[in-house]
Amino acid sequence: MAESKTPIIEIKQVSKVFKLQDQTINALHDANITIRKGEFVCLIGASGCGKSTLLRIIAGFEQPTSGKALMWGTPIAGPDPTRGMVFQDYALFPWLSVRDNIGFGPASRGLAKPVVKETVDKFIELVGLTKFANAYPHQLSGGMKQRVAIARVLANDAEIVLMDEPFGALDAMTRERLQDELLDIWQRTGLTVVFVTHSIEEAIFLADRVVVMTPGPGRIESDNPLILPRPRDVASPEFNEVRRVLGAKLHSHHGKKAA
Amino acid sequence: MAMVETAPPPAAVTLDKPVGKSPWERLKPTVLALIVPGLLLLFWHIATTRRWTRLIPTPYEVGEYMIDFAVGGIYDDAFSATLVTHLLASMGRVYGGFALAALFALPLGLMIGRIPTARMVLDPFLQVMRPIPVTAWLPLSMILFGLGPRSAFALVCLGAFYPILLNTIFGVRSVDPKLFEAASMLGCQGNAQFYKVVLPAALPSIFTGLRLGLGLAWFVIVVGEMTGVPQGLGAVIMDGRTLSRTELVICGMIIIGIAGYISDRIVVMIGNRMLKWSPTHHG
Ligand SMILES: Nc1ncnc2c1ncn2[C@@H]1O[C@H](COP(=O)(O)OP(=O)(O)OP(=O)(O)O)[C@@H](O)[C@H]1O
Ligand SMILES: [Mg+2]
Repeated sequence: MAESKTPIIEIKQVSKVFKLQDQTINALHDANITIRKGEFVCLIGASGCGKSTLLRIIAGFEQPTSGKALMWGTPIAGPDPTRGMVFQDYALFPWLSVRDNIGFGPASRGLAKPVVKETVDKFIELVGLTKFANAYPHQLSGGMKQRVAIARVLANDAEIVLMDEPFGALDAMTRERLQDELLDIWQRTGLTVVFVTHSIEEAIFLADRVVVMTPGPGRIESDNPLILPRPRDVASPEFNEVRRVLGAKLHSHHGKKAA
Repeated sequence: MAMVETAPPPAAVTLDKPVGKSPWERLKPTVLALIVPGLLLLFWHIATTRRWTRLIPTPYEVGEYMIDFAVGGIYDDAFSATLVTHLLASMGRVYGGFALAALFALPLGLMIGRIPTARMVLDPFLQVMRPIPVTAWLPLSMILFGLGPRSAFALVCLGAFYPILLNTIFGVRSVDPKLFEAASMLGCQGNAQFYKVVLPAALPSIFTGLRLGLGLAWFVIVVGEMTGVPQGLGAVIMDGRTLSRTELVICGMIIIGIAGYISDRIVVMIGNRMLKWSPTHHG
C-alpha cells in the first residue's frame, strides 16, 4: 500500500474502561474511526459520551483498555509533538511570555536559538499577537490565550491538532473570529484537525466530517461527511437542513431512552 | 497627525502600569500606614508623662537612649554606641541560620513533593516535629550546641526551616496536572519537566516559604540569643531585663521590628521582580 493511502489516525475497536473504587465506567465502547491527512473532523455529543477520552487516547495521554490506536499505522505509545493538543482552559505556562510559550516546544526539542526565534516570530505573526510577544498569559484575554495555545502546537510542527472544546469558554464574537482564523490556518497549512464541540453549528461550520457520539456507554453513533461548499453560510437553507438532520441524530438517543 | 502619534498600540494600554497618579494617591499608603504607630506613640506619651506607670520610660527618653545606643555621647555607659555591633551579630545569625535552613529545606521539600516514597518516609516524622515550638527546643539546643552563638544559630535555623519546607512541598504538589500534559505533548518529558515545569510553577510558593522563613528567623532571634551570647539584639533585650533597664528593652524591640521589616521589603522586591508573571504575587 502506498504511504499516502495510510490514514494518519486509525482507531480500531477501541474501548476505555475507568475503574473507580466501587464502579467501572465504560467511557468508550468499541469506537472505530479513520482520519485522513488534511481532514477537519468534529466530534460532537452529549456530556459524558467519551469525546475527551477519545481525544486523549489519540493524544497519547490515555491508553485504550482494548483495541488499537494508530498513527501512520504505528501504535500511539504516549504524547508526542506530532500530535498537538489545544485545551479548553489553555494550559499555557503562566511564567513564560507569549514568545516563550510558543517557543517552548522548539526549545524543548533542542533547536538552535536563532531557529527557535525565527519559528516563534512566524507563528506569533500568524495568530496576530506580535504586539503581545512579551506579555504574560494573565495579561491576555481568553481569545488571545487560545491563539497562543494554537500557535504553540503549530510552532512545534504538529501534524495533527487535537482541540477539546477550544472555544467553549469564549464569547460568541471572539469564537466566530477564532473559527474563521482556524479555518484559514487549516486551509493554508494542510493541517489535520480533530475538534470536540458541544455546538452543532460550530461543527457544521468547521468540519469535513461530523462524528456524532452517544453516552452510556460512550459510542460512535454515526460518521457524517459534509458536502457543503466552503466558506459556509450559517444562514443558508442547506446549512439548516444539515443542522436538522444532525440534531435529530444527536437527540435520537435520548428519545429512545424516554420511549 | 496628532491623532496618529498619540494613539498608543493596544498593547501599551494593557501592559503598562497606570501612570499620572495625583500626589495624594502617591502619599496615601504612607499616610495611612503611619496612623496606627502615631496613635500608639501618642498614647505612650500621655500614659508615661501622666505617670500612669513608672516602670516604662517616655518616648522621648527612649528616643534619647536610642541615639546614645547608636552613636554614644549622652550616657556613655556599657551600651553606648554598640547598636551596630549587636545588630550585625543578630543579622549574621538571622541570615546565616536562614540560609542554612533554606539549604536543607529546599532540596528536602522538592524531594518530598516529587517522590512518593520520600514523602511516606519523611512526612509523618516532620508533621510530628513541626508543632514543637522553637522555645521548647531551647534546653536541648543548649545541651547539644552549648551556651552561646552556635545554639542561637541552630534555633534560628530551626525556626526558618518549616515554613520553607512546607511551602516548597505545597508548591511542588500543587502544579496544575494540565501543565505536565502540555509539556509532554510539546516534547518535554521525564526529568526535563522538573526544571521546565515543576520548579517555575512552584516558585511562587517557594518564595512565600522563604519570606515566611526569614520573618520567623527574625522572630526567634531573641529566643536564640537567650542562650547566653554576649552580643546581639536578643542579648541586649535580656540584659535590659536583668538590669531593669526598660529603655534598653524597648530600643532592642524597635530595632528588631525595623530590621525585620526592611529585610522583608527587600525580599518582597526581589520576589515581585522574579515573579512578575504571577498575577497573585505582589506583596
Ligand atoms: N480519568 C478518569 N477517571 C475516571 N472516569 C473518567 C476519567 N475520565 C473520564 N471519565 C469518565 O468517562 C466518561 C466519559 O468522559 P469524557 O470526559 O470523555 O466525556 P466528554 O464527552 O468529553 O464529556 P464533556 O462533554 O462533558 O466534556 C465520563 O463518565 C467520565 O466521568
Ligand atoms: Mg470533554
